[in-house]
Amino acid sequence: MPTAHYDMLRHFADSWGLLYMMAIFLSVVFFLLRPGAKANAMAAARIPLDDNEPLGDERK
Amino acid sequence: MHYLPWIIVLGGGAFFALVLSGLGQDAAFSAHWGIIAVVLGLGAIILMRRPEPAAVAAPVSRSDAPTYIDGPIRAGSILTVFWGCVGFLVGLVIALQLAWPDLNLEPWFNFGRMRPLHTSAVVFAFGGTALITTSFYVVQRTCRAPMISENLAWFVFWGYQLFIVMAATGYLLGITQSREYAEPEWYVDLWLTIVWVAYLILFLGTLIKRKEPHIYVANWFYLAFIVTIALLHVVNNLAMPVSLLGSKSYSLFSGVQDALTQWWYGHNAVGFFLTAGFLGMMYYFMPKQAERPVYSYRLSIIHFWALIFLYIWAGPHHLHYTALPDWAQTLGMVFSIMLWMPSWGGMINGLMTLRGAWDKVRTDPIIRMMVIAIAFYGMSTFEGPVMSIKSVNGLSHYTDWTIGHVHSGALGWVGMISFAAVYFMVPRLWGRRQLYSPRMVNWHFWLATTGIVIYAAVMWVSGIMQGLMWREYDDQGFLVYSFAETVAALHPYYIARAFGGLLYLAGGLVMAFNIWMTIRGRVRDERPIPTTALQPAE
Amino acid sequence: MDILGKHGVIERNATLLLTLSLVVVCIGGIVEVAPLFYFQNTIEKVEGMRPYTPLELAGRDIYIREGCYTCHSQMIRPFRDETERYGHYSLAAESMYDHSFQWGSKRTGPDLARVGGRYSDEWHVEHLTNPQSLVPESIMPKYGFLAETDLDTNNTMASLKANVAVGVPYSEDAVANAQRDLVAQATPGADTSGLIERYNNVRAEDFDGDPKRITEMDALVAYLQMLGTLVDFTTYDAQANFR
Repeated sequence: MPTAHYDMLRHFADSWGLLYMMAIFLSVVFFLLRPGAKANAMAAARIPLDDNEPLGDERK
Repeated sequence: MHYLPWIIVLGGGAFFALVLSGLGQDAAFSAHWGIIAVVLGLGAIILMRRPEPAAVAAPVSRSDAPTYIDGPIRAGSILTVFWGCVGFLVGLVIALQLAWPDLNLEPWFNFGRMRPLHTSAVVFAFGGTALITTSFYVVQRTCRAPMISENLAWFVFWGYQLFIVMAATGYLLGITQSREYAEPEWYVDLWLTIVWVAYLILFLGTLIKRKEPHIYVANWFYLAFIVTIALLHVVNNLAMPVSLLGSKSYSLFSGVQDALTQWWYGHNAVGFFLTAGFLGMMYYFMPKQAERPVYSYRLSIIHFWALIFLYIWAGPHHLHYTALPDWAQTLGMVFSIMLWMPSWGGMINGLMTLRGAWDKVRTDPIIRMMVIAIAFYGMSTFEGPVMSIKSVNGLSHYTDWTIGHVHSGALGWVGMISFAAVYFMVPRLWGRRQLYSPRMVNWHFWLATTGIVIYAAVMWVSGIMQGLMWREYDDQGFLVYSFAETVAALHPYYIARAFGGLLYLAGGLVMAFNIWMTIRGRVRDERPIPTTALQPAE
Repeated sequence: MDILGKHGVIERNATLLLTLSLVVVCIGGIVEVAPLFYFQNTIEKVEGMRPYTPLELAGRDIYIREGCYTCHSQMIRPFRDETERYGHYSLAAESMYDHSFQWGSKRTGPDLARVGGRYSDEWHVEHLTNPQSLVPESIMPKYGFLAETDLDTNNTMASLKANVAVGVPYSEDAVANAQRDLVAQATPGADTSGLIERYNNVRAEDFDGDPKRITEMDALVAYLQMLGTLVDFTTYDAQANFR
């Protein structure tokens, strides 16, 4: 029965599927906000700035 | 003979194309391959007449930094500007065709063939070249390593340009799959697949060989853009050619499945081509120009994962109230609305990068361009979720409102952030101390911004008016307007829209002149843009 | 190693980043698109649908070639104003043989899903040649060259074969007679018995008003005249097909 198939998937999506996705999202956020991650992120954020490519004839 | 292998490849390619042209099973196929043969042949001749690389100025190098492969980036900066102007011009022409239908020249320059030419010229030629060019620039500088192969980089670059030429000439000949933003036929798609795989190898290889331990977030966005476009392109273009020597193919899917596959592709062409890739641009060039790190690096990572996860679901909002099953429409709507969150997270992250340096919006025209780009990104990613709500979509779908929405994103976000990136890169790539004229960047800014505002406002009015006229009943229960009357009512708006487009094109031409003079090493004699006295002396 | 420290692994491993990104973007596509292929109620049960005749298929190829879909939709939404203006809302079944679909995304011109039979052949020819002569407000380009261009019939049978390859149920008989059916449909007085047997509800006539030859105009008008005319709505059960 195609309809039963559809209902089954729908119920799964509304319950366990939703819970699973929420859990993954929260764990990603937790990972990023965990203590100790800040220093790492600050260092990474400086990557473009540390490659100093000056303008014009200063580069020689 | 440094160029000999390339000359052989191009010459061989031209010969192969000529043979295909002769064997073609339909007139369009023969004409198309004839054009491709001419293009490849011209490429071979240009290379033959080119001086050996030793005679060309040696690339600028610094002892303390790796030597980057900047040749394709220089070529790409020029072609980004060129394709931009071409795309805007074709857009202006088709806008005028809608106002005055006599401007259609049958058969090659009728609206139906020109419209894909416009969309592909701006999305793939202008946007795609900007993406490839900036990704080459960013990946080398954030990895502190040159790309893995200069030849591969040139192949990706010119291979992509060949794709653009094949697609564009094909449209005018009537070679199209009728899949929006995926119109090129099967053999052009195959060629793009080859180029794209090479691009992925080049980009991923450079990431793997990097000297910097961390992969900077801009590269995440570029990588997601490259790999997702590969996936979308291959699945959406699955088709059965009528003949291996013919231009026509039939899609593997049909009807409702085909529609959802196409809009899964179509919406993610927006999501990954026009958004993720350009966000990569934002996350590099914004901090560079502002000279401060991105506001929150951790927010950028949440932005990344949330954006790529959610975007892919949003396609069905292009098919509201159609024969697509309701559950798929609802799913598309829900995810489209959720998409608002990561989009605005990214917007805030970009804007807040200027924290403590807001005066730069007044004093630095490139920063101003980036800020307006991010503002338009925020505006269109708010408008998009609103339009994905079914009841709103019932009114907006099939009308000019959609066209206005796309243009506020494309002209405002994609265009402006690309212009800013080009203005940033060009003086550095050619070793110039400054742009030819910062004041002309300012003119460009105002021409483009005024153009977008006129365009978007006019399309809102005409779109909503059109939608309301279609559904207007009189008190006896009859439809008030015939379709033709709703067309006539739009005439003044189509003229105003074309004027907005003209301003945007004018801005593009100002940029082309400015960039050209910068490359020639000129500096315009002009009053400098005043910087505030509050800025600390350096 | 502390599990929290593993976060850096993704940020430092390009291949892993690539793989994870690919997995994340695949989820939405698989959950949304894949079920359409195996839920049997995706496409309604209807009577009357048949594949395009070779002439209609050639006309459809021209419709695609000229980019008609950039201005005309073929998808009537279930709204009162749309069904009054254009006819019964479109069913998924009506585009089940459309490779690719022509639902469109913009109505610069009116919807064409049920334009078949609404106007005469003469009207279509005149309108395509000079739209403003019949609809002064129209902003449609002119397509007069179609009437001057002979239809390319070199690939007629190959086109049907390619359609069979992607799942359109043309019989072997239909493929073998493709060329003959095409000519018969556009030639007045031709023997159309085989054509009528293979394709129900088919219009065979001289569409472009020039009986001497078969032009692209013949094919395009034949296609326009059959749009939306196949499904028998007297036997359609909307309730049973609710999705």
